[in-house]
Amino acid sequence: MPESTPLSLPDAERLCTELAERMRADLHPDTALIGIHTGGVWVAQRLHAMLGLATPLGSLDVSFYRDDFGRTGLHPQLRPSDIAFEVKGRPIIVVDDVLYTGRTIRAAMNEIFDYGRPASIDLAVLVDRGGRELPVCARWAAHTLALNSVTNLQLEQDTSGKLTLRLKTEA
Amino acid sequence: MRNPQLNKHGELQHLLTIDGLPRNIITAILDAAAPFTEVAEREVKKLPLLRGKSVFNLFFESSTRTRTTFEIAAKRLSADVINLNISTSSTSKGETLLDTVDNLSAMHADMFVVRHASSGAPFLIAQHLDATRQEHIHVINAGDGRHAHPTQGLLDMYTIRHYKRDFTELTVAVVGDVLHSRVARSQIHALTTLGVPEVRVIGPKTLLPSSVDKLGVRVFHDMRAGLKDVDVVMMLRLQNERMQGALLPSSQEFFKYYGLTPDKLAHAKPDAIVMHPGPMNRGVEIDSAVADGAHAVILPQVTFGIAVRMAVMSILAGN
Repeated sequence: MPESTPLSLPDAERLCTELAERMRADLHPDTALIGIHTGGVWVAQRLHAMLGLATPLGSLDVSFYRDDFGRTGLHPQLRPSDIAFEVKGRPIIVVDDVLYTGRTIRAAMNEIFDYGRPASIDLAVLVDRGGRELPVCARWAAHTLALNSVTNLQLEQDTSGKLTLRLKTEA
Repeated sequence: MRNPQLNKHGELQHLLTIDGLPRNIITAILDAAAPFTEVAEREVKKLPLLRGKSVFNLFFESSTRTRTTFEIAAKRLSADVINLNISTSSTSKGETLLDTVDNLSAMHADMFVVRHASSGAPFLIAQHLDATRQEHIHVINAGDGRHAHPTQGLLDMYTIRHYKRDFTELTVAVVGDVLHSRVARSQIHALTTLGVPEVRVIGPKTLLPSSVDKLGVRVFHDMRAGLKDVDVVMMLRLQNERMQGALLPSSQEFFKYYGLTPDKLAHAKPDAIVMHPGPMNRGVEIDSAVADGAHAVILPQVTFGIAVRMAVMSILAGN
Protein backbone atom coordinates (compact mmCIF):
# COMPACT_ATOMS: atom_id res chain seq x y z
CA MET A 1 0.00 0.00 0.00
CA PRO A 2 1.73 3.24 -1.11
CA GLU A 3 1.87 6.00 1.48
CA SER A 4 2.15 9.70 0.90
CA THR A 5 4.71 11.74 2.77
CA PRO A 6 3.33 12.97 6.07
CA LEU A 7 4.81 16.38 5.15
CA SER A 8 1.93 17.13 2.80
CA LEU A 9 -0.50 17.12 5.72
CA PRO A 10 -0.73 19.60 8.59
CA ASP A 11 0.61 18.67 12.02
CA ALA A 12 -2.18 16.93 13.98
CA GLU A 13 -1.08 18.23 17.38
CA ARG A 14 -1.15 21.80 16.07
CA LEU A 15 -4.63 21.19 14.61
CA CYS A 16 -5.84 20.03 18.03
CA THR A 17 -4.65 23.31 19.59
CA GLU A 18 -6.31 25.38 16.85
CA LEU A 19 -9.53 23.42 17.23
CA ALA A 20 -9.59 24.05 20.99
CA GLU A 21 -9.08 27.80 20.46
CA ARG A 22 -11.92 28.00 17.96
CA MET A 23 -14.29 26.13 20.25
CA ARG A 24 -13.44 27.93 23.49
CA ALA A 25 -15.73 30.95 23.04
CA ASP A 26 -18.79 28.82 22.31
CA LEU A 27 -18.64 26.52 25.33
CA HIS A 28 -21.28 26.34 28.04
CA PRO A 29 -20.30 25.40 31.65
CA ASP A 30 -22.21 22.09 31.31
CA THR A 31 -20.79 21.18 27.90
CA ALA A 32 -19.60 17.57 27.58
CA LEU A 33 -17.26 16.14 24.95
CA ILE A 34 -17.82 12.68 23.51
CA GLY A 35 -15.01 11.21 21.41
CA ILE A 36 -15.65 8.50 18.83
CA HIS A 37 -13.33 5.48 19.00
CA THR A 38 -10.49 5.40 18.22
CA GLY A 39 -9.09 8.59 16.66
CA GLY A 40 -11.91 10.80 17.95
CA VAL A 41 -11.13 9.79 21.53
CA TRP A 42 -7.49 10.84 21.13
CA VAL A 43 -8.54 14.26 19.82
CA ALA A 44 -11.22 14.60 22.51
CA GLN A 45 -8.62 13.87 25.22
CA ARG A 46 -6.48 16.76 23.94
CA LEU A 47 -9.47 19.12 23.73
CA HIS A 48 -10.79 18.12 27.15
CA ALA A 49 -7.44 18.94 28.77
CA MET A 50 -6.90 22.20 26.86
CA LEU A 51 -10.42 23.48 27.47
CA GLY A 52 -10.42 22.44 31.15
CA LEU A 53 -13.94 21.03 31.05
CA ALA A 54 -15.56 19.96 34.32
CA THR A 55 -17.70 17.18 32.87
CA PRO A 56 -15.81 13.88 32.46
CA LEU A 57 -14.86 12.94 28.91
CA GLY A 58 -17.23 10.50 27.20
CA SER A 59 -16.39 7.93 24.54
CA LEU A 60 -18.48 6.01 22.04
CA ASP A 61 -17.90 2.90 19.96
CA VAL A 62 -20.59 3.27 17.31
CA SER A 63 -20.18 -0.29 15.94
CA PHE A 64 -23.57 -1.26 17.37
CA TYR A 65 -25.25 1.55 15.45
CA ARG A 66 -23.46 1.37 12.12
CA ASP A 67 -25.59 1.07 8.98
CA ASP A 68 -23.23 -1.44 7.34
CA PHE A 69 -23.65 -4.14 10.04
CA GLY A 70 -25.69 -6.24 7.58
CA ARG A 71 -22.78 -6.23 5.12
CA THR A 72 -19.72 -6.39 7.35
CA GLY A 73 -20.92 -8.12 10.50
CA LEU A 74 -19.94 -7.34 14.06
CA HIS A 75 -16.67 -5.43 14.38
CA PRO A 76 -14.15 -7.77 16.01
CA GLN A 77 -12.57 -5.15 18.31
CA LEU A 78 -15.38 -3.50 20.19
CA ARG A 79 -14.74 -1.11 23.02
CA PRO A 80 -17.42 -0.27 25.57
CA SER A 81 -19.02 3.12 25.25
CA ASP A 82 -18.43 5.18 28.37
CA ILE A 83 -20.68 8.11 29.19
CA ALA A 84 -20.36 8.82 32.90
CA PHE A 85 -22.62 11.88 33.00
CA GLU A 86 -26.29 12.70 32.54
CA VAL A 87 -26.97 13.29 28.85
CA LYS A 88 -30.47 14.64 29.42
CA GLY A 89 -30.54 18.43 28.98
CA ARG A 90 -26.79 18.79 28.40
CA PRO A 91 -25.01 20.46 25.45
CA ILE A 92 -22.92 17.74 23.79
CA ILE A 93 -20.02 18.10 21.40
CA VAL A 94 -19.18 15.00 19.38
CA VAL A 95 -15.48 14.83 18.50
CA ASP A 96 -14.01 12.81 15.65
CA ASP A 97 -10.69 12.80 13.82
CA VAL A 98 -11.86 12.78 10.19
CA LEU A 99 -15.29 13.72 8.84
CA TYR A 100 -16.07 11.84 5.61
CA THR A 101 -19.45 10.32 4.64
CA GLY A 102 -21.22 11.42 7.84
CA ARG A 103 -22.46 7.90 8.57
CA THR A 104 -20.38 7.55 11.73
CA ILE A 105 -21.84 10.81 13.04
CA ARG A 106 -25.38 9.62 12.27
CA ALA A 107 -24.65 6.42 14.24
CA ALA A 108 -23.15 8.42 17.12
CA MET A 109 -26.20 10.69 17.35
CA ASN A 110 -28.52 7.69 17.45
CA GLU A 111 -26.48 6.16 20.24
CA ILE A 112 -26.34 9.39 22.27
CA PHE A 113 -30.14 9.65 22.20
CA ASP A 114 -30.36 6.20 23.79
CA TYR A 115 -28.66 7.70 26.85
CA GLY A 116 -31.14 10.57 27.05
CA ARG A 117 -32.29 13.73 25.25
CA PRO A 118 -29.40 16.20 25.05
CA ALA A 119 -29.97 19.98 24.93
CA SER A 120 -27.94 20.11 21.70
CA ILE A 121 -25.33 18.19 19.72
CA ASP A 122 -22.46 19.90 17.90
CA LEU A 123 -19.64 18.37 15.92
CA ALA A 124 -15.91 19.14 16.12
CA VAL A 125 -13.43 17.41 13.80
CA LEU A 126 -9.74 17.67 13.11
CA VAL A 127 -10.15 17.31 9.34
CA ASP A 128 -13.14 17.57 7.00
CA ARG A 129 -12.17 15.64 3.88
CA GLY A 130 -15.45 16.10 1.95
CA GLY A 131 -17.43 13.25 0.35
CA ARG A 132 -20.57 13.50 2.46
CA GLU A 133 -23.40 11.01 1.91
CA LEU A 134 -25.65 12.44 4.63
CA PRO A 135 -26.62 16.00 5.57
CA VAL A 136 -23.98 16.34 8.29
CA CYS A 137 -21.85 19.44 8.87
CA ALA A 138 -19.14 20.12 11.45
CA ARG A 139 -19.48 23.30 13.48
CA TRP A 140 -15.70 23.35 13.92
CA ALA A 141 -13.17 21.78 11.54
CA ALA A 142 -9.50 22.62 12.07
CA HIS A 143 -8.58 21.72 8.51
CA THR A 144 -10.44 21.11 5.24
CA LEU A 145 -9.29 19.25 2.14
CA ALA A 146 -10.84 17.34 -0.75
CA LEU A 147 -9.79 13.72 -1.20
CA ASN A 148 -10.93 11.12 -3.73
CA SER A 149 -12.69 7.96 -2.61
CA VAL A 150 -9.69 5.62 -2.94
CA THR A 151 -7.67 7.68 -0.50
CA ASN A 152 -7.87 6.95 3.19
CA LEU A 153 -7.02 9.64 5.73
CA GLN A 154 -6.15 8.25 9.15
CA LEU A 155 -5.06 9.62 12.47
CA GLU A 156 -2.35 7.55 14.13
CA GLN A 157 -0.84 7.64 17.60
CA ASP A 158 2.77 6.58 18.11
CA THR A 159 4.17 4.97 21.27
CA SER A 160 5.00 8.36 22.79
CA GLY A 161 1.35 9.43 22.34
CA LYS A 162 2.05 11.86 19.48
CA LEU A 163 -0.73 12.18 16.88
CA THR A 164 0.00 12.15 13.14
CA LEU A 165 -2.26 12.32 10.08
CA ARG A 166 -1.45 9.81 7.35
CA LEU A 167 -2.76 9.23 3.83
CA LYS A 168 -3.16 5.72 2.46
CA THR A 169 -4.26 4.86 -1.05
CA GLU A 170 -6.21 1.69 -1.63
CA ALA A 171 -4.52 -0.55 -4.17
CA MET B 1 -15.76 -32.93 7.23
CA ARG B 2 -16.39 -29.26 7.81
CA ASN B 3 -17.33 -28.24 11.34
CA PRO B 4 -21.15 -27.92 10.99
CA GLN B 5 -21.07 -24.77 13.12
CA LEU B 6 -18.79 -22.83 10.80
CA ASN B 7 -19.52 -21.40 7.35
CA LYS B 8 -17.15 -21.76 4.41
CA HIS B 9 -15.16 -18.73 5.58
CA GLY B 10 -14.58 -20.38 8.97
CA GLU B 11 -16.97 -17.97 10.71
CA LEU B 12 -19.61 -18.99 13.23
CA GLN B 13 -22.78 -19.94 11.34
CA HIS B 14 -24.60 -21.79 14.14
CA LEU B 15 -23.80 -22.21 17.83
CA LEU B 16 -24.45 -25.87 18.59
CA THR B 17 -21.74 -27.00 21.01
CA ILE B 18 -18.47 -25.76 22.51
CA ASP B 19 -16.88 -29.13 21.70
CA GLY B 20 -14.61 -28.51 18.70
CA LEU B 21 -15.09 -24.74 18.70
CA PRO B 22 -11.74 -23.04 18.09
CA ARG B 23 -10.29 -21.05 20.96
CA ASN B 24 -10.22 -17.83 18.92
CA ILE B 25 -13.98 -18.01 18.33
CA ILE B 26 -14.69 -18.61 22.03
CA THR B 27 -12.44 -15.69 22.95
CA ALA B 28 -14.07 -13.48 20.30
CA ILE B 29 -17.51 -14.17 21.81
CA LEU B 30 -16.29 -13.35 25.33
CA ASP B 31 -14.61 -10.15 24.06
CA ALA B 32 -17.73 -9.11 22.16
CA ALA B 33 -19.93 -9.67 25.24
CA ALA B 34 -18.14 -7.07 27.38
CA PRO B 35 -19.55 -3.92 25.69
CA PHE B 36 -23.08 -5.40 25.78
CA THR B 37 -23.06 -5.44 29.60
CA GLU B 38 -23.15 -1.64 29.57
CA VAL B 39 -26.43 -1.44 27.59
CA ALA B 40 -28.50 -2.32 30.66
CA GLU B 41 -27.35 0.94 32.34
CA ARG B 42 -28.83 3.18 29.65
CA GLU B 43 -32.14 4.95 29.52
CA VAL B 44 -32.95 3.04 26.31
CA LYS B 45 -31.84 -0.57 26.84
CA LYS B 46 -31.79 -1.37 23.15
CA LEU B 47 -29.30 -1.63 20.31
CA PRO B 48 -30.38 -1.69 16.66
CA LEU B 49 -28.21 -4.64 15.55
CA LEU B 50 -31.04 -7.13 14.95
CA ARG B 51 -33.66 -4.60 13.92
CA GLY B 52 -36.06 -6.19 11.45
CA LYS B 53 -34.89 -9.76 12.24
CA SER B 54 -37.21 -12.46 13.52
CA VAL B 55 -35.90 -14.73 16.26
CA PHE B 56 -37.96 -17.86 16.97
CA ASN B 57 -37.57 -19.45 20.38
CA LEU B 58 -38.36 -23.13 19.78
CA PHE B 59 -38.67 -24.71 23.17
CA PHE B 60 -39.57 -28.38 22.88
CA GLU B 61 -38.72 -28.70 26.55
CA SER B 62 -39.88 -26.21 29.14
CA SER B 63 -37.45 -23.70 30.58
CA THR B 64 -38.34 -20.34 32.01
CA ARG B 65 -34.96 -18.84 32.74
CA THR B 66 -33.11 -19.77 29.55
CA ARG B 67 -36.05 -18.80 27.36
CA THR B 68 -36.45 -15.49 29.18
CA THR B 69 -32.77 -14.57 28.94
CA PHE B 70 -32.72 -15.39 25.21
CA GLU B 71 -35.87 -13.34 24.79
CA ILE B 72 -34.40 -10.36 26.65
CA ALA B 73 -31.14 -10.64 24.68
CA ALA B 74 -32.97 -10.66 21.34
CA LYS B 75 -35.27 -7.80 22.37
CA ARG B 76 -32.35 -5.64 23.56
CA LEU B 77 -30.95 -6.14 20.06
CA SER B 78 -34.29 -4.89 18.64
CA ALA B 79 -35.27 -8.24 17.10
CA ASP B 80 -38.85 -9.45 16.90
CA VAL B 81 -39.14 -12.47 19.17
CA ILE B 82 -41.66 -15.23 18.67
CA ASN B 83 -41.93 -17.78 21.47
CA LEU B 84 -43.22 -21.21 20.53
CA ASN B 85 -44.04 -23.62 23.25
CA ILE B 86 -43.96 -26.67 21.02
CA SER B 87 -45.05 -29.20 23.61
CA THR B 88 -48.53 -27.69 23.37
CA SER B 89 -48.62 -27.15 19.60
CA SER B 90 -48.17 -28.93 16.27
CA THR B 91 -45.74 -31.65 17.38
CA SER B 92 -48.45 -32.93 19.66
CA LYS B 93 -50.60 -33.14 16.52
CA GLY B 94 -47.97 -35.29 14.83
CA GLU B 95 -45.88 -32.79 12.82
CA THR B 96 -42.23 -33.74 12.46
CA LEU B 97 -39.44 -31.50 13.74
CA LEU B 98 -38.22 -30.62 10.24
CA ASP B 99 -41.73 -29.86 8.98
CA THR B 100 -42.10 -27.44 11.89
CA VAL B 101 -38.78 -25.85 10.92
CA ASP B 102 -39.76 -25.56 7.25
CA ASN B 103 -43.03 -23.91 8.15
CA LEU B 104 -41.31 -21.36 10.36
CA SER B 105 -38.67 -20.74 7.67
CA ALA B 106 -41.53 -19.99 5.28
CA MET B 107 -42.54 -17.28 7.76
CA HIS B 108 -39.09 -15.71 7.15
CA ALA B 109 -37.32 -16.65 10.34
CA ASP B 110 -33.75 -15.36 10.71
CA MET B 111 -32.72 -17.30 13.78
CA PHE B 112 -33.89 -20.34 15.74
CA VAL B 113 -33.10 -20.75 19.43
CA VAL B 114 -33.71 -24.43 20.08
CA ARG B 115 -34.16 -26.35 23.32
CA HIS B 116 -34.91 -30.05 22.91
CA ALA B 117 -34.95 -33.10 25.17
CA SER B 118 -33.19 -35.17 22.49
CA SER B 119 -29.44 -34.75 22.09
CA GLY B 120 -28.63 -33.62 18.56
CA ALA B 121 -31.94 -31.98 17.64
CA PRO B 122 -30.35 -28.53 16.99
CA PHE B 123 -27.70 -30.25 14.82
CA LEU B 124 -30.43 -31.88 12.78
CA ILE B 125 -32.12 -28.51 12.24
CA ALA B 126 -28.85 -26.79 11.29
CA GLN B 127 -27.97 -29.58 8.87
CA HIS B 128 -31.41 -29.43 7.32
CA LEU B 129 -31.21 -25.66 6.82
CA ASP B 130 -27.78 -25.93 5.19
CA ALA B 131 -28.91 -28.84 3.00
CA THR B 132 -31.95 -26.90 1.81
CA ARG B 133 -29.79 -23.83 1.03
CA GLN B 134 -31.19 -21.72 3.82
CA GLU B 135 -27.79 -20.68 5.14
CA HIS B 136 -29.15 -17.26 6.07
CA ILE B 137 -30.98 -18.85 9.00
CA HIS B 138 -28.89 -19.36 12.13
CA VAL B 139 -29.43 -21.93 14.89
CA ILE B 140 -28.48 -21.53 18.54
CA ASN B 141 -28.58 -24.57 20.79
CA ALA B 142 -30.29 -23.61 24.05
CA GLY B 143 -29.80 -27.08 25.52
CA ASP B 144 -30.23 -30.49 23.90
CA GLY B 145 -30.76 -33.60 26.02
CA ARG B 146 -27.64 -34.55 27.94
CA HIS B 147 -25.42 -33.20 25.19
CA ALA B 148 -24.67 -29.46 25.27
CA HIS B 149 -25.75 -26.04 26.50
CA PRO B 150 -23.14 -23.83 24.85
CA THR B 151 -24.40 -20.38 25.87
CA GLN B 152 -24.43 -21.49 29.52
CA GLY B 153 -20.84 -22.71 29.13
CA LEU B 154 -19.86 -19.41 27.53
CA LEU B 155 -21.51 -17.26 30.19
CA ASP B 156 -19.73 -19.34 32.83
CA MET B 157 -16.42 -18.62 31.08
CA TYR B 158 -17.30 -14.94 30.91
CA THR B 159 -18.03 -14.97 34.66
CA ILE B 160 -14.75 -16.73 35.48
CA ARG B 161 -12.78 -14.31 33.33
CA HIS B 162 -14.55 -11.36 34.94
CA TYR B 163 -13.46 -12.41 38.43
CA LYS B 164 -10.24 -14.33 37.80
CA ARG B 165 -8.80 -12.77 34.60
CA ASP B 166 -6.32 -15.49 33.59
CA PHE B 167 -7.56 -19.00 32.78
CA THR B 168 -4.07 -20.49 32.61
CA GLU B 169 -3.45 -20.34 36.36
CA LEU B 170 -6.74 -21.73 37.64
CA THR B 171 -7.98 -24.89 39.29
CA VAL B 172 -11.67 -25.37 38.61
CA ALA B 173 -14.01 -27.97 40.13
CA VAL B 174 -17.29 -29.06 38.54
CA VAL B 175 -19.43 -30.62 41.26
CA GLY B 176 -22.47 -32.89 41.31
CA ASP B 177 -24.66 -34.61 38.76
CA VAL B 178 -22.30 -34.63 35.77
CA LEU B 179 -24.00 -37.67 34.23
CA HIS B 180 -27.24 -35.89 33.40
CA SER B 181 -25.75 -32.45 32.84
CA ARG B 182 -25.33 -30.90 29.42
CA VAL B 183 -24.02 -27.84 31.23
CA ALA B 184 -21.10 -29.81 32.67
CA ARG B 185 -20.04 -31.09 29.26
CA SER B 186 -20.08 -27.58 27.78
CA GLN B 187 -18.17 -26.20 30.79
CA ILE B 188 -15.45 -28.87 30.62
CA HIS B 189 -14.90 -28.36 26.88
CA ALA B 190 -14.72 -24.59 27.32
CA LEU B 191 -12.36 -24.75 30.31
CA THR B 192 -9.91 -27.08 28.57
CA THR B 193 -10.05 -25.11 25.30
CA LEU B 194 -9.28 -21.87 27.17
CA GLY B 195 -6.24 -23.45 28.78
CA VAL B 196 -7.32 -24.12 32.39
CA PRO B 197 -4.51 -26.41 33.61
CA GLU B 198 -6.59 -28.37 36.13
CA VAL B 199 -10.27 -29.22 35.75
CA ARG B 200 -11.70 -31.46 38.46
CA VAL B 201 -14.96 -33.32 38.51
CA ILE B 202 -16.48 -34.19 41.86
CA GLY B 203 -19.45 -36.50 42.39
CA PRO B 204 -20.66 -39.96 43.34
CA LYS B 205 -19.75 -42.77 40.91
CA THR B 206 -23.40 -43.21 39.97
CA LEU B 207 -23.65 -39.60 38.75
CA LEU B 208 -20.42 -39.47 36.73
CA PRO B 209 -20.33 -40.77 33.15
CA SER B 210 -18.18 -43.93 32.87
CA SER B 211 -15.88 -42.22 30.35
CA VAL B 212 -15.52 -38.95 32.30
CA ASP B 213 -11.72 -39.26 32.51
CA LYS B 214 -11.54 -39.11 28.69
CA LEU B 215 -12.59 -35.45 28.92
CA GLY B 216 -9.18 -34.62 30.42
CA VAL B 217 -10.31 -34.04 34.00
CA ARG B 218 -9.26 -35.28 37.45
CA VAL B 219 -12.03 -37.26 39.12
CA PHE B 220 -12.80 -37.04 42.85
CA HIS B 221 -15.45 -38.84 44.84
CA ASP B 222 -14.56 -37.05 48.07
CA MET B 223 -15.79 -33.45 48.07
CA ARG B 224 -13.29 -32.08 50.59
CA ALA B 225 -10.29 -33.53 48.74
CA GLY B 226 -11.69 -32.33 45.42
CA LEU B 227 -12.24 -28.77 46.61
CA LYS B 228 -8.75 -28.41 48.10
CA ASP B 229 -7.25 -25.10 46.88
CA VAL B 230 -9.63 -24.61 43.93
CA ASP B 231 -10.22 -21.10 42.55
CA VAL B 232 -13.64 -21.76 41.07
CA VAL B 233 -16.45 -24.07 42.24
CA MET B 234 -19.04 -24.78 39.56
CA MET B 235 -22.04 -26.45 41.15
CA LEU B 236 -24.52 -28.42 39.06
CA ARG B 237 -28.20 -28.88 39.70
CA LEU B 238 -29.32 -32.31 40.83
CA GLN B 239 -31.51 -33.21 37.88
CA ASN B 240 -34.48 -34.81 39.59
CA GLU B 241 -36.53 -34.83 36.39
CA ARG B 242 -33.81 -36.71 34.51
CA MET B 243 -33.19 -39.21 37.28
CA GLN B 244 -34.41 -42.62 36.27
CA GLY B 245 -34.02 -45.47 38.70
CA ALA B 246 -32.27 -45.43 42.04
CA LEU B 247 -29.00 -43.60 41.42
CA LEU B 248 -29.13 -41.97 44.84
CA PRO B 249 -30.44 -43.12 48.20
CA SER B 250 -32.05 -39.70 48.85
CA SER B 251 -31.46 -36.02 48.28
CA GLN B 252 -30.62 -35.64 51.99
CA GLU B 253 -27.90 -38.22 51.59
CA PHE B 254 -26.59 -36.34 48.54
CA PHE B 255 -26.50 -33.08 50.50
CA LYS B 256 -24.52 -34.73 53.29
CA TYR B 257 -21.72 -35.80 50.95
CA TYR B 258 -21.88 -33.42 47.98
CA GLY B 259 -23.93 -30.43 49.10
CA LEU B 260 -21.78 -27.26 49.15
CA THR B 261 -21.74 -26.08 52.76
CA PRO B 262 -19.51 -23.40 54.31
CA ASP B 263 -17.29 -26.02 55.98
CA LYS B 264 -16.71 -27.86 52.66
CA LEU B 265 -16.11 -24.56 50.85
CA ALA B 266 -13.45 -23.69 53.46
CA HIS B 267 -11.15 -26.21 51.69
CA ALA B 268 -11.13 -24.06 48.55
CA LYS B 269 -8.94 -20.96 48.18
CA PRO B 270 -10.06 -18.02 50.38
CA ASP B 271 -11.01 -15.98 47.29
CA ALA B 272 -12.77 -18.84 45.48
CA ILE B 273 -15.95 -18.04 43.58
CA VAL B 274 -19.05 -20.26 43.65
CA MET B 275 -21.16 -20.61 40.51
CA HIS B 276 -24.47 -22.35 39.78
CA PRO B 277 -26.38 -22.45 36.48
CA GLY B 278 -29.75 -22.36 38.26
CA PRO B 279 -32.38 -23.20 39.19
CA MET B 280 -30.86 -24.00 42.58
CA ASN B 281 -32.07 -26.76 44.86
CA ARG B 282 -31.25 -25.24 48.24
CA GLY B 283 -30.43 -27.91 50.79
CA VAL B 284 -29.75 -30.48 48.04
CA GLU B 285 -26.64 -29.42 46.12
CA ILE B 286 -26.02 -26.08 47.81
CA ASP B 287 -26.52 -24.68 51.31
CA SER B 288 -28.32 -21.33 51.60
CA ALA B 289 -25.39 -19.92 53.58
CA VAL B 290 -23.18 -20.46 50.50
CA ALA B 291 -25.77 -19.55 47.88
CA ASP B 292 -26.34 -16.18 49.58
CA GLY B 293 -22.76 -15.81 50.82
CA ALA B 294 -19.82 -13.64 49.81
CA HIS B 295 -18.25 -16.25 47.47
CA ALA B 296 -21.39 -16.69 45.33
CA VAL B 297 -21.49 -15.06 41.89
CA ILE B 298 -24.71 -16.79 40.89
CA LEU B 299 -26.77 -13.67 40.19
CA PRO B 300 -23.98 -11.94 38.21
CA GLN B 301 -23.95 -15.11 36.07
CA VAL B 302 -27.55 -14.38 35.09
CA THR B 303 -26.75 -10.76 34.18
CA PHE B 304 -23.65 -11.73 32.19
CA GLY B 305 -25.73 -14.41 30.46
CA ILE B 306 -27.80 -11.77 28.70
CA ALA B 307 -24.70 -9.97 27.39
CA VAL B 308 -23.14 -13.25 26.21
CA ARG B 309 -26.34 -14.22 24.39
CA MET B 310 -26.50 -10.77 22.80
CA ALA B 311 -22.92 -11.24 21.61
CA VAL B 312 -23.64 -14.69 20.14
CA MET B 313 -26.76 -13.46 18.33
CA SER B 314 -24.95 -10.39 16.94
CA ILE B 315 -21.98 -12.41 15.71
CA LEU B 316 -24.25 -14.99 14.04
CA ALA B 317 -26.48 -12.34 12.46
CA GLY B 318 -23.42 -10.59 11.02
CA ASN B 319 -21.90 -13.75 9.48
